[in-house]
Amino acid sequence: MAPSKTVAPANASAANVLSSVVNSYIDKTPQRTKLIDAFLGFLVLTGVLQFVYCVVAGNYPFNAFLAGFSATVGQFVLTVSLRMQSNTENKGAFEAVSPERAFADYIFGSLILHFFCINFIN
Amino acid sequence: MSLDAILKDESTKNFRSLLKVVILLTIAGAAISSRLFSVIRFESIIHEFDPWFNFRATKYLVKNGFYGFWDWFDDRTWHPLGRVTGGTLYPGLMVTSGVIYHILRFLTFPVDIRNICVLLAPGFSGLTALATYLFTKEMKDEAAGLLAAAFIGIAPGYISRSVAGSYDNEAIAIFLLMFTFYLWIKALKLGSAYWGALCALFYFYMVAAWGGYVFITNMIPLHAFVLILMGRFSPRLYVSYTSWYALGTLGSMQIPFVGFLPIRSSEHMAALGVFGLLQIVAFVDYVRSQVPSKQFQKLLWVFLVVAFMVSSAALVGLTVSGTIAPWTGRFYSLWDTGYAKIHIPIIASVSEHQPTAWPAFFFDLSMLIWLFPAGIYMLFQNLADEHVFVIIYGIMASYFAGVMVRLMLTLTPVVCVAAAIALSNIFDNYLTLHRPDAEKVAAEIAAEEKKAAEEPKKTEKKEDANVLNAVKNPEIGIFSTTSKVTVVGMFAIYLFLFVLHCTWVTSNAYSSPSVVLASRLPDGSQHIIDDYREAYYWLRKNTPEDAKIMSWWDYGYQIGGMADRTTLVDNNTWNNTHIATVGKAMASREEVAYPILRQHDVDYVLVIFGGLLGYSGDDINKFLWMIRIAEGVWPDEIKERDFFTSRGEYRVDDGATDTMKNSLMYKMSFYNYHTMFPPGQAQDRVRGVKLPAVGPTLNILEEAFTSENWIVRIYKVKDLDKLGRDHASAVAFESGKKKRKSKLGKNKVRKLRVV
Repeated sequence: MAPSKTVAPANASAANVLSSVVNSYIDKTPQRTKLIDAFLGFLVLTGVLQFVYCVVAGNYPFNAFLAGFSATVGQFVLTVSLRMQSNTENKGAFEAVSPERAFADYIFGSLILHFFCINFIN
Repeated sequence: MSLDAILKDESTKNFRSLLKVVILLTIAGAAISSRLFSVIRFESIIHEFDPWFNFRATKYLVKNGFYGFWDWFDDRTWHPLGRVTGGTLYPGLMVTSGVIYHILRFLTFPVDIRNICVLLAPGFSGLTALATYLFTKEMKDEAAGLLAAAFIGIAPGYISRSVAGSYDNEAIAIFLLMFTFYLWIKALKLGSAYWGALCALFYFYMVAAWGGYVFITNMIPLHAFVLILMGRFSPRLYVSYTSWYALGTLGSMQIPFVGFLPIRSSEHMAALGVFGLLQIVAFVDYVRSQVPSKQFQKLLWVFLVVAFMVSSAALVGLTVSGTIAPWTGRFYSLWDTGYAKIHIPIIASVSEHQPTAWPAFFFDLSMLIWLFPAGIYMLFQNLADEHVFVIIYGIMASYFAGVMVRLMLTLTPVVCVAAAIALSNIFDNYLTLHRPDAEKVAAEIAAEEKKAAEEPKKTEKKEDANVLNAVKNPEIGIFSTTSKVTVVGMFAIYLFLFVLHCTWVTSNAYSSPSVVLASRLPDGSQHIIDDYREAYYWLRKNTPEDAKIMSWWDYGYQIGGMADRTTLVDNNTWNNTHIATVGKAMASREEVAYPILRQHDVDYVLVIFGGLLGYSGDDINKFLWMIRIAEGVWPDEIKERDFFTSRGEYRVDDGATDTMKNSLMYKMSFYNYHTMFPPGQAQDRVRGVKLPAVGPTLNILEEAFTSENWIVRIYKVKDLDKLGRDHASAVAFESGKKKRKSKLGKNKVRKLRVV
């Protein structure tokens, strides 16, 4: 019961909130970050597609499904990490990580991820 | 120049790092050499039970290459089932020694693989000291790190599993555990995906090496979860955790034995749940940063609560419906210590799964155990993210160490870390040469008092702020030489005693190979009892290569490794029914046991008997567990109650029950034993009782070999009688024949046979 009560007032201003989120996103986000976000959107789409396929057509080569899905999820979180690290607002949190360093980390992580995936896919 | 200046000056930095390297090398040297007692006292030999299998597997790996090892189907164990060994073991240990072997070969050092296996554990203990140093350095400073490294190097709790020759998964696993934790802390502190990925790689290595990787799988998510609950979510946490989880989980699924477990079994669900939670928290956090509004905080909490409830409901639902495997038995026994004894006697029967007795903590950790809480308290004082980790680790590990003896091993590192932090705090305060200037202090106090007098207490708040100021920058410390000398001197003595204790424990309790026993002769000289190897060698030389040996599962690996013969059951214990079958054969009457032996093609039966020597780890003492395990499968045929006397005693002397006296195990143990003694004087020195004057008779088996001190006794299973009689009457006839033979002579006997 408790959740529905609290959600109700939030819903009232939901349209407001949503539009302000979108506006501030379009205004404030740098071009490079938007590029990353587009890639993230693509990854989410791929992940959903894979999952739907798994539910509809069955998960027979389970290895393959798992490898594909983990690749998507792994790439997603690595990209989100890159986005966080290169975001100027988070500068205080990442003193040791410069944007260039973040990109190198990203490549390192992705290489390991895809190595494991290819090994796992059989 | 004062000591402080030397220790902190920039110009002496190189000197200090050199000193650190030297100290660390010395610690590694001490860690390695204190583990060599057994090699010096006995010889370079593999110890105990499980290491024999690891050793055999390593030899197979070196001989057949990696792919051959991966596809290894072992038909020499678990006869007639066999075991898909390549897919049911943690290959990390064998691959590690295989790689070392090939590197040394490449460098043209012709080292025997056995020596690599024997010395692997001490070598890795040096690395563990290094990993602990790095880990503690992240917690406090380098001084604490060096202390922690020294502690872990010689703490008996860790030595117990890593002496030379104890070639077990734990040998490398503790190093990997500490190093993975170090990388995790480093990743969390820096918020770097690079360190997170490294952490995942070492996690992968850990998964390949030890089943205890589940500890890491749950520790890191728990840490992340606690941090979120404390309101300490940061993008750094997100980066480090998700990069670790995404790569580490995928990595762990590469090991065939683990396979799909990380997404199917309950033990791994916490990590997945925290992963999902972090996504949500990060998303909400991001949205909130876009639109600062109080509504969002509320929304966040609602969202979290709903998500948590939905996901746990889904988890329960999936567990009930069977998609996710429920917790395994070993895990239940972690929560309910009585669980194993009732439901899975095979787990309870292993001595290292017993709850820990409290003196064991002092025995294994000595003074560290009372410094441990002090260290935890000091971590609370400046509670940074990484300190939360040590606190959680300490709490979890203490609980687990109390439940199972073998988990003392996971407690030891955190105790060393916490104790080192406490001790280095003490030394920081008591070894400082800094002295406050008396005049300055007096002036400050005066100023303070003046200030307080000028501003009479206006509000409570003001005063609080004043107090806080005073606490924030106090001129307090220990400045009298007497107290400094007393405290530092006392701790120096404690440390000295600690070293003595550790060396004594290592030398006396943990350095016996248990394959070779040592005893003292009356004149004080050492006497080696080598019955096990004598018997295994007899098997190797005197039995056909495809002979099947039945013994209790404890000795399966040793028979496979030393005698190279096929066994029915071994220490892998994956098939409870098969083990129960062996238990049933041991606990039954001969007529019942014989068909079982025939069905399993058993050629020889091996029992361990300590009665002559007073060796208490023998099969009669383990017999109750065989009975219990067999009873779990055949409750109608084997009953534990029947083996106890009416007064509930477990006896082997005259008062033993008929079931006991007729059981195969009893007969094999005491067969012909009374002939060693004058009539009526036969004594069992383990149980300390006098045995019946007439020993048991064996019909279906014949004695094949008994070792020098009667520790190992091997019996050959008789073939079916050629004339179709049952064995009892055949034996009766044989013994009767002998009498008649002496009376009537050879001819008549031949005639009888013809008829």
